[in-house]
Amino acid sequence: MALLQINRELCTSCGACLQVCPFGALSLGSDAIIEVSELCNGCGACVPECPTGALSLPQVEKAETPDLEAYQGVWVWVEQCDGHAASISWEMVGEGRRLADRRGTTLTACVLGHQAESIAREAIAYGADRVILVDDPTLQIYRTDPYARCLVELVKKYRPEIFLLGASTRGRDLAGAVATYLYTGLTADCTGLEIEEGSNLLLQIRPAFGGNIMATIKCQNHRPQMATVRHHVFEMPVADPSRQGEIIREKPVMLEEEIATKVLDLIVEKSEVNLADARIIVSGGRGVKGPEGFNVIRELADVLGGAVGASRAAVDAGWISYAHQVGQTGRTVRPDLYIACGISGAIQHQAGMRTSKVIVAINKDPEAPIFKIADYGIVGDLFVVVPALTRALKKRLNR
Amino acid sequence: MQAIVCIKQVPETTEVKIDPERGTLIREGVPSIINPFDTYAIEEALRLREKFGGKVTVISMGPPQAMSALKEAIAMGADEAILLSDPAFAGADTWATAYTLAAAIRKIGNFDVIFCGRQAIDGDTGQTGPGIATQLRINQLTYVCKIASIDFEKKLIEVERLVEEGREVVRSTLPCLITVVKDINQPRYPTILGIRRAQKVQIPVWTSKDLDVDPNLIGLNGSPTRVVKIETPPPRPGKCDIIHGESVEQMAEILAEKLIAEKIIV
Ligand SMILES: Cc1cc2nc3c(=O)[nH]c(=O)nc-3n(C[C@H](O)[C@H](O)[C@H](O)COP(=O)(O)OP(=O)(O)OC[C@H]3O[C@@H](n4cnc5c(N)ncnc54)[C@H](O)[C@@H]3O)c2cc1C
Ligand SMILES: Nc1ncnc2c1ncn2[C@@H]1O[C@H](COP(=O)(O)O)[C@@H](O)[C@H]1O
Repeated sequence: MALLQINRELCTSCGACLQVCPFGALSLGSDAIIEVSELCNGCGACVPECPTGALSLPQVEKAETPDLEAYQGVWVWVEQCDGHAASISWEMVGEGRRLADRRGTTLTACVLGHQAESIAREAIAYGADRVILVDDPTLQIYRTDPYARCLVELVKKYRPEIFLLGASTRGRDLAGAVATYLYTGLTADCTGLEIEEGSNLLLQIRPAFGGNIMATIKCQNHRPQMATVRHHVFEMPVADPSRQGEIIREKPVMLEEEIATKVLDLIVEKSEVNLADARIIVSGGRGVKGPEGFNVIRELADVLGGAVGASRAAVDAGWISYAHQVGQTGRTVRPDLYIACGISGAIQHQAGMRTSKVIVAINKDPEAPIFKIADYGIVGDLFVVVPALTRALKKRLNR
Repeated sequence: MQAIVCIKQVPETTEVKIDPERGTLIREGVPSIINPFDTYAIEEALRLREKFGGKVTVISMGPPQAMSALKEAIAMGADEAILLSDPAFAGADTWATAYTLAAAIRKIGNFDVIFCGRQAIDGDTGQTGPGIATQLRINQLTYVCKIASIDFEKKLIEVERLVEEGREVVRSTLPCLITVVKDINQPRYPTILGIRRAQKVQIPVWTSKDLDVDPNLIGLNGSPTRVVKIETPPPRPGKCDIIHGESVEQMAEILAEKLIAEKIIV
């Protein structure tokens, strides 16, 4: 399903495009003219590289949101469970504040829930200029239908330009439905958001192909521009209880009898592994060689009052439970200190920990990729280095 | 019981390597597989059929080579497969993908449950499932780790969903769309009989002409989002300070001192 069109007359077979294709979809054919394979996904990276203008993508007919200019302001959905806001939502409010300031516009938080006025006030403390509060028993517990339809009506009425949601299970469930109703673009799991100079469009940056590449995505002709962001990608803002803001009350759009889904129970599983909130994480990988190998990791974590993490290789081997896994298919973490022991630092592992403030790597292979992203490193056998580090820290910290 | 499973063919990303000189992905020789999460979706549909009878239809939108993913699903035990393939579908983002898959599901017509994986490992969005459900205006149950009960007479289903706090028990009505997580089952391997059947079976290919779709809403045309730039992730700023010393003991001392002096450990 190659999209790229090649003008054979213009191609000089210089090969400039071969260098930039992130998908390896281009090759030099037998007649020395560039050929495009099925791997092409129409990203367009090659088009500006061609010195003779031989490459083009099909002209896109624009299905537009009418009246783009009428859409103003940044919105954040504030997720709540059991009357408590999810911390990921405050991270989004913090980032939403920054974007609204850059754009010279206002930040609105949407709070849906029951007896949720205190959450609305919290949203203002964290940086919202105003809150749209929909307070109703039907919204006490998250359910797709009443939440999605309510947000759709609010968007139609108030017309935000940008709409951000946390990429939690609920956030992803909701965002997918809302963007479909509204026929607008939605970018999942962004790791960076920026306002483009000139166009003022939202640049949505996200990893693709297991973090091997970073893609910048735009939504030019549809509004709102929607994106979800994973936990701990943005910093938690500081609340200022003295901040002032407006609270607007709106009504839900569905009656309880119209809602097909009932939540019968929430079986809370207290995991003793609290990777998400740990300030310090000590992680072990294939280098720890077995379940017992995690003992030295645990001892170091204990001295530091930190949590134990793991690479997928260690989890897949059954040495430690999945709850400990850090990375693309595990948790994203952002501790002050991440100590990687016997972890090579595969791109998928990095995807979950590269925003840690300080990274320490302990690995016997000086060529391991983890050293490329680490701030401090010790090349050596972890079974010797880690216990020595534990002793040294114990002594200094008097623990 | 009529089930439709949406599966996607993806490159097996473990083997994606970056060409260090060009900074691009090397994909030659990278095998294509069924998106791992979708194999759990197929398995769950097959289990329902074994219990209640009926039919499992697998669909995929993709280039002609995605046919092999559908054959693999047949080899696992699916009854029928349909490939949606048309140059006009190319460049679809999750909105246009869900729109096209929903149109195909409407054409198939009769269904009780639609299964999707929680996400595809290449795009990692998890948006297509909710997109299809919303297009079809049916209930969606995402991140399902267990189907506790299902009653086709009363059109009721009860599932457990994996959420941040634990497991949520939810009751909903049929038809519905379910996206599954790994914990739901252990997918079976294709059987010899299945593989033979897969070799023989003719899988129909539907193009945009076979579907009731607006040409402006499919493929790149219909996609609200555009990828405007692709690059390799920027390196972390700064260089690694490799600690040297006479002995491990000394190296550990130096590192401990640095971490404390720089207030990284307090
Ligand atoms: C779709 C997909 C998703 C993935 N998601 C994740 C994810 O979420 N998280 C994740 O971690 N991985 C993930 N992976 C897997 C990832 O690609 C790597 O395979 C994995 O991270 C490797 O784990 P490792 O570093 O522990 O093992 P290895 O790569 O085998 O590295 C072990 C390291 O330990 C060192 N070592 C060995 N013995 C010692 C010793 N005695 N002392 C010191 N050092 C020693 C070795 O030098 C080596 O560098 C994913 C892969 C795919 C395809
Ligand atoms: N092209 C496709 N064809 C069929 N099913 C798909 C396709 N893309 C996504 N899906 C389904 O949607 C799920 C989520 O995909 P994604 O939204 O890309 O993460 C997958 O696990 C599949 O079940």
